[in-house]
Amino acid sequence: MTTRIDRRFEAVRAEGRAALVTFVMAGDPDPETSLDIVRALPKAGADLIELGMPFTDPMADGPAIQAAGVRALAAGMSLRKTLALVRAFRAEDDATPIILMGYFNPIYVYGVDSFLADARTAGVDGLIVVDLPPEEDHELCKPALAAGLNFIRLATPTTDDKRLPAVLANTSGFVYYVSVTGITGAAIPDYGKVTGAVARIKRHTDLPVAVGFGVKNAETAEAIARGADGVVVGTALVEAVRLSLSEGRATPATVEAVSAVVRDIAAGVRRVSKKAA
Amino acid sequence: MTIQNPNSFRTGPDETGHFGMFGGRFVAETLMPLILKLEQAYEAAKADPAFHKEMGEYLTHYVGRPSPLYFAERLTEHCGGAKIYLKRDELNHTGAHKVNNVLGQILLARRMGKKRIIAETGAGQHGVATATLCARFGLECIVYMGAVDVERQKPNVFRMHMLGAKVVPVQSGSRTLKDAMNEALRDWVTNVADTFYCIGTAAGPHPYPAMVRDFQCVIGREAREQMLEREGRLPDSLIACIGGGSNAIGLFHPFLDDKSVEIFGVEAAGHGIPTGEHAASLTGGRPGVLHGNRTYLLMNEDGQITEGHSISAGLDYPGIGPEHSWLHDIGRVTYISATDKEALAAFQLLSKLEGIIPALEPSHAVAKAVEIAAAKPKDHLMIVNLCGRGDKDIFTVADHLGGMS
Ligand SMILES: Cc1ncc(COP(=O)(O)O)c(C=O)c1O
Repeated sequence: MTTRIDRRFEAVRAEGRAALVTFVMAGDPDPETSLDIVRALPKAGADLIELGMPFTDPMADGPAIQAAGVRALAAGMSLRKTLALVRAFRAEDDATPIILMGYFNPIYVYGVDSFLADARTAGVDGLIVVDLPPEEDHELCKPALAAGLNFIRLATPTTDDKRLPAVLANTSGFVYYVSVTGITGAAIPDYGKVTGAVARIKRHTDLPVAVGFGVKNAETAEAIARGADGVVVGTALVEAVRLSLSEGRATPATVEAVSAVVRDIAAGVRRVSKKAA
Repeated sequence: MTIQNPNSFRTGPDETGHFGMFGGRFVAETLMPLILKLEQAYEAAKADPAFHKEMGEYLTHYVGRPSPLYFAERLTEHCGGAKIYLKRDELNHTGAHKVNNVLGQILLARRMGKKRIIAETGAGQHGVATATLCARFGLECIVYMGAVDVERQKPNVFRMHMLGAKVVPVQSGSRTLKDAMNEALRDWVTNVADTFYCIGTAAGPHPYPAMVRDFQCVIGREAREQMLEREGRLPDSLIACIGGGSNAIGLFHPFLDDKSVEIFGVEAAGHGIPTGEHAASLTGGRPGVLHGNRTYLLMNEDGQITEGHSISAGLDYPGIGPEHSWLHDIGRVTYISATDKEALAAFQLLSKLEGIIPALEPSHAVAKAVEIAAAKPKDHLMIVNLCGRGDKDIFTVADHLGGMS
């Protein structure tokens, strides 16, 4: 079974470049503006979209993404509304993959089966749930795969060769390599090491490997794109949202502020040709 | 999953860290290898007589154990029912039960070669205990504490500073204990190589709930022996307050299979359960997943965690250790709650009748003990876990009583 995510990575590879994966928080700074931000992402150069599901206690996120979640929740965002946002996006764009990213509790409380059914109907393609390691695969990963969704796992510098097969076993769509030990938006990775780490993961899987954490601009995106099949950017985009706000509210500049950063980073990603490989 | 011995309540967790459906290991991949290593190291220590011997030495000569089991004669007279005994863990070095667990974890950290210790704290008692043992063993100590708690537990912040710890006020979320725990987890995810996370209660990802419980079980083992010695038989009831549940599980666990012993856990009802401003996860919450484990949590219909409220900084956690969630569901332990007002009244009552100023946390247990004892016959033996002393709370209490009383 090929999914939107598989098809998109295939298409991007055929273009001889790395994919750009963009993360924004659903409902940030408010549900309506957030939908407009997401709608504008593909045009600005995003190949895949990661949509954060806001949660009160994002244990693996740094201050920028924490704050984005706080803004979204304050604006009344919920998991139900996040799915509605996906549905609205999907009505106009049937090709760009959408991956929901967040923490397990809101999904658990929604009910795993109803969530998977509703996510699928809404047009969600994959899930990244930070606090579900392979040890908890029966909770959501396996039911999600059975429901036809991709379950994308994070591999990290602490995931050694012994553990990697377990991490990759039920992963599909792509592998998300977290390039530093740390929270989102914190440290800058050692780019040389990242390329080596991606090569290590690729020895264990045929899935595309996208790399996140520490992508801030065109230059860092270019550096990551050299060694990876995909580049993930998040903190830089939610920071663009924050900087565009006036007294905490969206302004006419908000959507364009995010698009501008995406365009810049997309240009960096596209400077790296993967045709020869 | 292994089937737990249906004849015993003391065999959990199973090898995946579950007590029934509760517990587990809901952590980011970065932390998973660390948690597995910790589990291995703990299992090895548990099986090593040298570890127990070392623990025993420090418990005796540094912590000051065993803590007395004291017959509270005037409190008993006041209630006119059950004979009330106080398990006096407030006499431990650093003034609470927290040190029992910290000692175990710090000795383990030393075995693992970790030099940097992080901790979260609510009331500051766990932070003080961690800072104390880090001072004793020359380890770096960083304590995360909600900014709200830094304000209301100032004496403990000062103590931690004196002990050489760095106290980081946490400004995110509700700026209390749960946020301090988030921040500690963020630190751990960042500093994976040299850091040991010393969790202060019987919660978090496996193996913490079991490990912290094991270290706190010294309370219940001693109480059992002491009661047998004093009265020639087991107690009829036990009662302890519950924040995350470590002092409670420490007292309860050695008695779980003694069917004749009635067990009560007391959660913080804050302004009252119907007001929604409380910290009673079992009474007023639902099962969910937070901080590495599935357990009862306070949250809204969207699964967003809500802020717990209690006059006591050590109890206003919106969750509870997973073993308590299980004991609640199977009905072995009865969970009740005490309001801020009831705790304040008990704080004053115990101070005046027994000359013992309790911390606000165990004041919740005392409040319910007084009620339950009154309804029991005179030959009923009750143990209340007096898990902390009230020095840290005198300013809070004075504020609430208008500086008089
Ligand atoms: C004296 C005292 N009792 C109880 C608690 C609550 O924790 P636990 O339920 O883990 O015993 C605390 C926490 O700070 C405390 O300081």
